[in-house]
Amino acid sequence: MVDVYLNQKFIGTVEDSKSFVENFKKDRRKGVIPKSLNIGYNSKQNEVFIDGVSGRSRRPLIIVKDGKSLLTDEHLEKLKKNEIIWDDLVEKGIIEYVDALEEDNCYVSLHEKDLDTEHTHLEIDPIIIFGLCSALVPYANCGQSSRLNRGQKTQKQSLGLYASNYLLRMDTDVSLLHYPQRPLVRSFLYDVFDQDKHPAGQNVVIALMSYEGYNMQDGIIINKGSIDRGFARSTYFRPYSVDELRYSGGLMDEISVPDKEVKGYKAEKDYKLLEDDGLVYSEARVNSDDVIVGKTSPPRFLGDLEEFSLTANIRRESSVTIKQGEEGIIDMVVVTENEEGNKLVRIRLRDERKPEIGDKFASRHGQKGVVGMIVDESDIPFSSTGIKPDLIFSPHSVPSRMTISHLIEIVGGKVGALSGRSIDGTTFDSEPVADLRKELLESGFRENGTETMYNGITGEKMEAKIFIGSMYYLKLKHLVANKIHARASGRIQLLTRQPIEGRAKGGGLRLGEMEKDCFVAHGASLLLKERFDSDKTNVYVCENCGMLAVSDEYRKKYFCTKCGTNVEITKIEISYAFKLLLDELKSLCIYPKLKLKSKY
Amino acid sequence: MVKIPGKIADRAKKEIKKEKLSKKEIEKFNLELEKRYNDAKIDPGESIGIITAESFGEPSTQMTLNVFHFAGVAEVSVTVGLPRLIEIFDARKKPSTPMMEVYLKASHSNTVEKVRKIAALIKETKAEEFVTETSLDLVKMAIFIKLNKEKFKEVGMNVKSFVEKLNTSLKTVVIKELKDNSLVLRSSKQLTIQELYKLKEKIKGVLVVGVKNITQVLPIKKGNEFIIMCAGTNLKDVSKIEGVDMTRTISNDFFEIADVLGIEAARAAIIDEASKVIEQQGLDIDIRHILLVADVMTNNGRVQGITRTGITGEKESVLARASFETPIKHLINASLVGEEDKLNSVIENVMLNQPVPTGTGLPGLLAKMKEKSDKK
Repeated sequence: MVDVYLNQKFIGTVEDSKSFVENFKKDRRKGVIPKSLNIGYNSKQNEVFIDGVSGRSRRPLIIVKDGKSLLTDEHLEKLKKNEIIWDDLVEKGIIEYVDALEEDNCYVSLHEKDLDTEHTHLEIDPIIIFGLCSALVPYANCGQSSRLNRGQKTQKQSLGLYASNYLLRMDTDVSLLHYPQRPLVRSFLYDVFDQDKHPAGQNVVIALMSYEGYNMQDGIIINKGSIDRGFARSTYFRPYSVDELRYSGGLMDEISVPDKEVKGYKAEKDYKLLEDDGLVYSEARVNSDDVIVGKTSPPRFLGDLEEFSLTANIRRESSVTIKQGEEGIIDMVVVTENEEGNKLVRIRLRDERKPEIGDKFASRHGQKGVVGMIVDESDIPFSSTGIKPDLIFSPHSVPSRMTISHLIEIVGGKVGALSGRSIDGTTFDSEPVADLRKELLESGFRENGTETMYNGITGEKMEAKIFIGSMYYLKLKHLVANKIHARASGRIQLLTRQPIEGRAKGGGLRLGEMEKDCFVAHGASLLLKERFDSDKTNVYVCENCGMLAVSDEYRKKYFCTKCGTNVEITKIEISYAFKLLLDELKSLCIYPKLKLKSKY
Repeated sequence: MVKIPGKIADRAKKEIKKEKLSKKEIEKFNLELEKRYNDAKIDPGESIGIITAESFGEPSTQMTLNVFHFAGVAEVSVTVGLPRLIEIFDARKKPSTPMMEVYLKASHSNTVEKVRKIAALIKETKAEEFVTETSLDLVKMAIFIKLNKEKFKEVGMNVKSFVEKLNTSLKTVVIKELKDNSLVLRSSKQLTIQELYKLKEKIKGVLVVGVKNITQVLPIKKGNEFIIMCAGTNLKDVSKIEGVDMTRTISNDFFEIADVLGIEAARAAIIDEASKVIEQQGLDIDIRHILLVADVMTNNGRVQGITRTGITGEKESVLARASFETPIKHLINASLVGEEDKLNSVIENVMLNQPVPTGTGLPGLLAKMKEKSDKK
């Protein structure tokens, strides 16, 4: 007696669970029972589960009978001729969809050649073990698994055509790659997934060599000529949004060019970009701190102002400016309403980004790197046929990481570029490397992909043969222009008087605990003090009671609130954080008495 | 002239004699020796403590990344890597895997049989293991025990001495030996049934052979002699076993070493254990850093860890202690006794934003004012 559950609800019992499950499956394949139902027998709980709820994830498998796949060459032939389609195979009970529950009772073979009588299913293709992005990595079976993982991750960060309606969208922090290309070496799944509709990289000529040491430790060198020709150029979009807020008392913000009486009025020239409606005109070139929306807000503390002030309404200036460190061209200005019916203005800033030192690039094999130098085309090494690499990659990045697939892609890309076709790099089912080498040899090149190269500066022939070919490269979304940050002085926190945190607010760069240890280890005592001077203050200490005294700078009088004026009061320099510590100790009823002594 | 320490001076003298140097050469040699000796000394104000801390800290970040575990190896499991290093520096009272390497005197370690015998003597064996069956006779208030003959053979013990062992640890029990390899035990006192049952359990736990706390023994060949690896440590009792070479036998519990062999031995043990961990991880930390830590941990005569209850808790400065762990506790306790902070070390001065007294912050300026001479 075995309990049977349908959609997690008990519906009855069966005597022989094995034959019940088998008959159920048989009937389902025949079409007697809906194909959307899955059945599983759990031997641990000795229960049969039938599931048909929506939202389960199911995957297709080829049914195997007596060690033979039900999908025959005949079917494949018909499929090719378009006589039957996928759904016909499902209908006929050749392919079935299996959910997680039923999967537990299945014995699935990855390859057809491995089939034996115990197998119940056959995988449609071994590449199914990968996810969408991993399946796009060419020759993934020739690389380390962890590198495949990383290669897959970088693809998600690459710039490309992220959405074809990008012109109408207001996405935050997106970029668009100019002239994206389809890869020379690609997986069969590239076409299946329609990647052509949103390509994400460009094919480059890549040479594996060092160049003046500027590509060590995962640095890459880029040919300036390639950049001039449009390699890895992208456009960065940033939206700004402004609401016309309503306040209590019927007052509200007003989007317009501010009047000169307004409190906090900048200068006339600061509003020069604004049109009559108080908004910038599109295609305006803007820089940091430029006003793009003129806005005024009602005064902050209304109550007392209106009664006593003669000038009835002094409004505040609250215009929106371009963020620090950003520039570009106003791409689009949209005026709409928000949910509350207030006026909403959204402005999209567009900025063209040429590759620069510090931008991140990656191949599809987990080989990511940062631009270390951009070299004039005249100084780039060239091959005997005059080919100059777009990108120079360090050979030291390969051995320890064992990304053979990276090297194969270069050979494949070279063959593809020479023969004018795309190379099939589908994992487990790719064009054999031996064939690629043979074809390369037939095209008149060395079969291992190396070529004689000449120093671009001196013209000397290089002793080593350089490995050079074509490969698909991705520009990743981590652009230096969005990350660069430095500060000399600026805003501080109210409580601690230390610099505020974060790039967006123009904050400081923290010299942390471990960095402090480094200073101490070097014995750079005075330098360390100088670094921590950001919150130094002068305080007056009563030498009698050892507590902080009061200084009246206006009358030049110094006194202790406890001991009066007739005591010695001394000025000392400490960090403001320590003053706070003293205050906190006092709040704990601990008396921190300072005993002063001359340092020298 | 700087005083050269004895060991170096002695060696220098020997070399001078050996090379038969002339007087001029000796003078030159001494100058060079002095110069090199001075060069090798640590400069005043060098932050050796923090350099040691960084020297351990930086490589140990890599240690966690490559954790090797010897799955399936039929050896006793030992804590290694970062957990062990933390255990050493924190000076935990008991190591998580106490181990002992027992060396044997040459006369006892030449054959495998002899070594096995000693190993069997070391392993903690309770009466339970000599017994196949126990039963209670509630009418006669007696305990019947059936003995395991093979176990007696294995250890090389007779029933008589077994009975003696039981008698010495359970004084109230009267034991009678029966013919069919079994014993009858009766108490000299009147017992309730519960007490009888308790007595039975007590008998099971009597230590018959071996050293307390040694749960496992494993004779292995090291070089060209046999040593016995033990899980669990007990240096004191192992030393009483014949054939054990106490000059070389070591334990990884340095509190025990400090108790049995003294603080200098404990210091050496800390150095050994720490270097072992570092070596196993394939790292390279200068021995002087380990020496410094071991010195600091043992310099007041007992083993102290680098914790708030150990040496960090003995720091002179209140602020320095408060900045390490449990600040409020330290501040309040300091205020109760009116402690004074002299601001003599690094952390307090960082807190106050004053130059720290190491490196360039150490030297002060002493200006000698010349008195004006009235003669002119």
